[in-house]
Amino acid sequence: MKKPLKLTVNGEPREFFVEPYFSLLDALRDELHLTGTKKGCDEGDCGACTVLLDGKPVTSCLVLAHSAHDSQVTTIEGLAGQDGLLHPVQQAFVTHGGLQCGFCTPGLVMSAVGLLQENSDPSVDEVKYAIGGNLCRCTGYSKVIESIMAAAQEIRDGNG
Amino acid sequence: MARFEYLEARTLRQAISLLQRHGDEARIVAGSTDFLVRWRQGVWQPKYVVNIGRIASLRRISYSRRLGLRLGALVSVRDLETHPQIQSNYSALSAAAASFAGVQVRNLATVGGNVCNASPAGDTLPALLAFDAQCKIAGPEGDRWVALSEFFTGPGRTVLQTGEILTELRLPPPLPNTGSLYIKHSPRGAMDIATLGVASVISLEGSGRVCRNLRIGLGAVAPTPIRASSAESLLWGREVTPELITSAAQAAKADAKPIGDVRGSAEHRQDMVAVLTQRTLDRALDMARGNPMAFEMQRQFAIQAAF
Ligand SMILES: Cc1cc2nc3c(=O)[nH]c(=O)nc-3n(C[C@H](O)[C@H](O)[C@H](O)COP(=O)(O)OP(=O)(O)OC[C@H]3O[C@@H](n4cnc5c(N)ncnc54)[C@H](O)[C@@H]3O)c2cc1C
Repeated sequence: MKKPLKLTVNGEPREFFVEPYFSLLDALRDELHLTGTKKGCDEGDCGACTVLLDGKPVTSCLVLAHSAHDSQVTTIEGLAGQDGLLHPVQQAFVTHGGLQCGFCTPGLVMSAVGLLQENSDPSVDEVKYAIGGNLCRCTGYSKVIESIMAAAQEIRDGNG
Repeated sequence: MARFEYLEARTLRQAISLLQRHGDEARIVAGSTDFLVRWRQGVWQPKYVVNIGRIASLRRISYSRRLGLRLGALVSVRDLETHPQIQSNYSALSAAAASFAGVQVRNLATVGGNVCNASPAGDTLPALLAFDAQCKIAGPEGDRWVALSEFFTGPGRTVLQTGEILTELRLPPPLPNTGSLYIKHSPRGAMDIATLGVASVISLEGSGRVCRNLRIGLGAVAPTPIRASSAESLLWGREVTPELITSAAQAAKADAKPIGDVRGSAEHRQDMVAVLTQRTLDRALDMARGNPMAFEMQRQFAIQAAF
């Protein structure tokens, strides 16, 4: 039976009903219709479902929705400003062509945001390490890494 | 996928009483990273899930030179990786954490879950064994202590009884002149399960020549994580020479009783035990002689992938 769940999603308090066995990913997609967060493997391997849970990147398919009650969740939908201005990481992916089909992109962007919150001056190796849990099956990772390095520069320059 | 009811314990006492009430129909979850995968595969089908992940008292992490390291069962693998005192005093453990899955899983996965899941390939286990971890277990009858070396009874099997919860791991303080490293060998360089893993912890006498203490933990080469006891006893109390290290590496190979599977044949695993024992010992020795390894280096060493 569905039970009430309270979360703050993208800064907005939400209270809604969720099955006890739902993952956070299913709760976001099926109950809140936030479908920007993707379901790839549903086993934690691909990283397409990455969101920030209390500020930290996690694979939302491995989180029981009810275990996250009273937490802060940030999804890809929550990154752009009120004015529609993209987050510097999103903008860098656009500018530097850090995507092809786009399915892995929300997860990669969330992992990058998680990294840059902790370390706005990462080395290329640190970027690779931070996205080790995100799979992209279209392309190489070069442009993704380029995009994240560029976003880091933007953020350090105070444009973030 | 059988549906289950979600129950959440706020205190240890509450968790124990929920587990007692529901017996074998209940399963504990902490980070749920193993649980949700096994549940979706239909392997685990509990009627009740008892989430202990929000019991604040199990999240603590503390280090002192006198008492050593105390890890609440809910400490995340990411915390093991990034904690400065763990990086400097228990480097094999931070290296093991750095070799583990990706950041997103490490943020969720708990050290207690890795121990209780009792996979022979669990990445934190060889290092915890090599640091002589002691397990605190809470249950209906009160607390009891079990050495980690006695905790595993088979693949996925432990000494835990129904209603019992692992609450804390204690690692004694490192002796002076100690160095340690973990190396995981796996097919891929990220997000893979260990083909095998080796953790070596060595302490030297003040002179820097004689081995005062050595523990070697081996992962994925037996039904449970094991110590390489015959390799260890070769070095204890002896002057450490390159020849002796090589003999110890060969002895570790004989301590291993691996099987073959998709990640490697039994023979490959056995050969790699010698290689990784040698490598971890060489590096640990260098650290014990006063050349600490920066965490970035530990991390680079931690995964030695085939591809
Ligand atoms: C994509 C992915 C990648 C992974 N990569 C790795 C890897 O590289 N290395 C590795 O070692 N593991 C890996 N794992 C396995 C898993 O993440 C770890 O075993 C993790 O440490 C489990 O912790 P948890 O808190 O998530 O456990 P849970 O899933 O919550 O529980 C695991 C088991 O332990 C029991 N349990 C948990 N806590 C306690 C407790 N305190 N007392 C008693 N019983 C308890 C549960 O009942 C359950 O049976 C991976 C898993 C996934 C999904």
